[in-house]
Amino acid sequence: MLDQQRDYVLRTVEERGVRLVRLWFTDVLGNLKSFAISPAELENALSDGMTFDGSAIDGFSRVQEADVLAMPDANTFEVLPWGDSKSVEARVFCDIHNLDGTPFEGDPRQVLRRNLGAARDQGYSFYVAPDIEFFYFAPPEKGQAPVPLDEGGFFDLTTTDVSGTLRKETIRTLETMSIPVEYSFHEDAPSQHEIDLRHTDALTMADSVMTFRLVVKEVAAKHGVHATFMPKPLEGVQGSGMHMHFSLFKGDTNAFYSEDDAYSLSPIAKQFMAGLLHHAAELTAVTNQTVNSYKRLVPGFEAPVHISWARNNRSGLIRVPVAKRGNPSATRIEYRSPDPACNPYLAMSVILAAGLRGIAEGYELPPEADANLFEMDDSALIKLGIDTLPQSLSDSLKVMERSALVQEALGEHIFEWFLRNKRNEWRSYKTHVSQFEFDRYLRAL
Amino acid sequence: MSTGPTHDMLAVYPESPPIDLARTLDLAGHRWKAVASAAEAAGHEPAQGWAGAVVACDGDPEGAWAFCGALRRRENAVQPLLVLISGAQMADLELRHDLFDDFCITPCHPVEIETRLRHLLARGGGNVRPDVVSYNSLVLNLETYQATIGGTPLDLTYMEYELLKFLAQNPGKVFTRETLLSRVWGYEYYGGARTVDVHVRRLRAKLGEEHANFIETVRSVGYRFGQSRWSA
Repeated sequence: MLDQQRDYVLRTVEERGVRLVRLWFTDVLGNLKSFAISPAELENALSDGMTFDGSAIDGFSRVQEADVLAMPDANTFEVLPWGDSKSVEARVFCDIHNLDGTPFEGDPRQVLRRNLGAARDQGYSFYVAPDIEFFYFAPPEKGQAPVPLDEGGFFDLTTTDVSGTLRKETIRTLETMSIPVEYSFHEDAPSQHEIDLRHTDALTMADSVMTFRLVVKEVAAKHGVHATFMPKPLEGVQGSGMHMHFSLFKGDTNAFYSEDDAYSLSPIAKQFMAGLLHHAAELTAVTNQTVNSYKRLVPGFEAPVHISWARNNRSGLIRVPVAKRGNPSATRIEYRSPDPACNPYLAMSVILAAGLRGIAEGYELPPEADANLFEMDDSALIKLGIDTLPQSLSDSLKVMERSALVQEALGEHIFEWFLRNKRNEWRSYKTHVSQFEFDRYLRAL
Repeated sequence: MSTGPTHDMLAVYPESPPIDLARTLDLAGHRWKAVASAAEAAGHEPAQGWAGAVVACDGDPEGAWAFCGALRRRENAVQPLLVLISGAQMADLELRHDLFDDFCITPCHPVEIETRLRHLLARGGGNVRPDVVSYNSLVLNLETYQATIGGTPLDLTYMEYELLKFLAQNPGKVFTRETLLSRVWGYEYYGGARTVDVHVRRLRAKLGEEHANFIETVRSVGYRFGQSRWSA
């Protein structure tokens, strides 16, 4: 690390009277983890890292090799905009290392770094811009269905005021934390909102998504509201997705753009898309990692079901947004299956790996599917060669465990742990007897 | 010479300096030590610090400028700093005014090097790096790394601070993205050229709506901080 960067952090801590520095990192499931150190320890932490017991973290070390090292990434050091001025806090994202200094294979941030390194070796920078959806609810009671804010009565203010205020405050907080917002709006479902972030390089964006989820929840909690990124919290209305817009740049040039193509897509873009489509089923467990994720991926709610692409068809898995004329750098593709409950580091890793595989192997992009696929029956789809995404977490895991691509992208450690953990999740879901079954069978059978 | 005997050691780059330069320094009675890198300069630094540095840029210009940058960025920046460049490298001086105090165009007469060096040393360290950069209500304290706008602290990441500092030190000038990348991020950036746009967007947000226009987009060129010097 540059001396000057370290000095910058240390001086800022001193000048701003920072009392506590939070070291942030992410577990395999995508939960933000944190431990706090006093400013006195920061200098040491920046140069040598902080040792902690990794076996306490989901998906990290096995017990016999428990200790790992958190190395702060001084570039991500920021004063936190909440809390009072008397006890200023700051955060810094960490890379996790083994005690011998090698990257720790259980750390999702290191996994993304490794995959981005592979892209960089080929001259590419990977840019990502997510559109993140979420719901505001009254604080949930255990065992009760969620209550949207829009359904009146919860606040004295009118509902637009409440959610408008929350969203405005959220955006202001995001901007002060170096996360620029492009658009934001109330979504179709009651109490559902969407905030679209401006593109950045993938590592910065994965960090930003982690910060984003915390900020949305913090701001809501301050107002007595519960924000959730659960993919499908309400039956019968849209779920929450995290569509991701991607492009690859070579230096200053968008490698996805071509002047000569009807869709402005370069051969590289098409091969990337082909790779993504070809491996989509294998990635789905990572981009949609909960039992609940699959209740969003159903026809009729603007979520993708079929493995297809199109320019303007929102039932497809990949959409090619029409970039503004004369703006080559805006040419991009939108991958529509991920949901905001995924681990952004791992999701971006497998997506990038699939796209790069498409480029390396020169995969051919299937024809555009511009008809509404939801209206077609199975035989018509089979004739078009269009498959569907896995229909459940269990199906996804079955495809994933046979995927050499996902195994390589995630690394052995995370691949094995993820499969084990998620199979357990599926098992506990499978043994649960639901209200649906009581309603349907108890009296009838 | 105004410097005392305990503070007269010059750092010279590269490790094997041009023979003419070595001879000139010897004949003029300077004490000097050739170093291969900024790290080595730090390792061999006399207790009283370097009295100055002479950097020959004609062999490996990138390494030489990186060396100058590193010496300047240290807590106790090395100055004065004399650079030797070839006529073809004149353009490199542009935008690097903070990295040197004077220059000679090679090949040049030994007397020229010696005269310029003596002038620089006689002036003493001099105040080539002001500790405070200000523009309108924006103030950057380079010593404490703190930025304020209208007296309110701006919380910036390190790279945001570095970009703002560079722009504010060069108001009215237009910079291309490539220039900003190489000057602010150095050669080891990995976000690609769009990184500059991302950081400008973040800075504008942090400067706030009324000051966002401090950084102007110059269409199909790059960015400019503050008023163009040609406008009123």
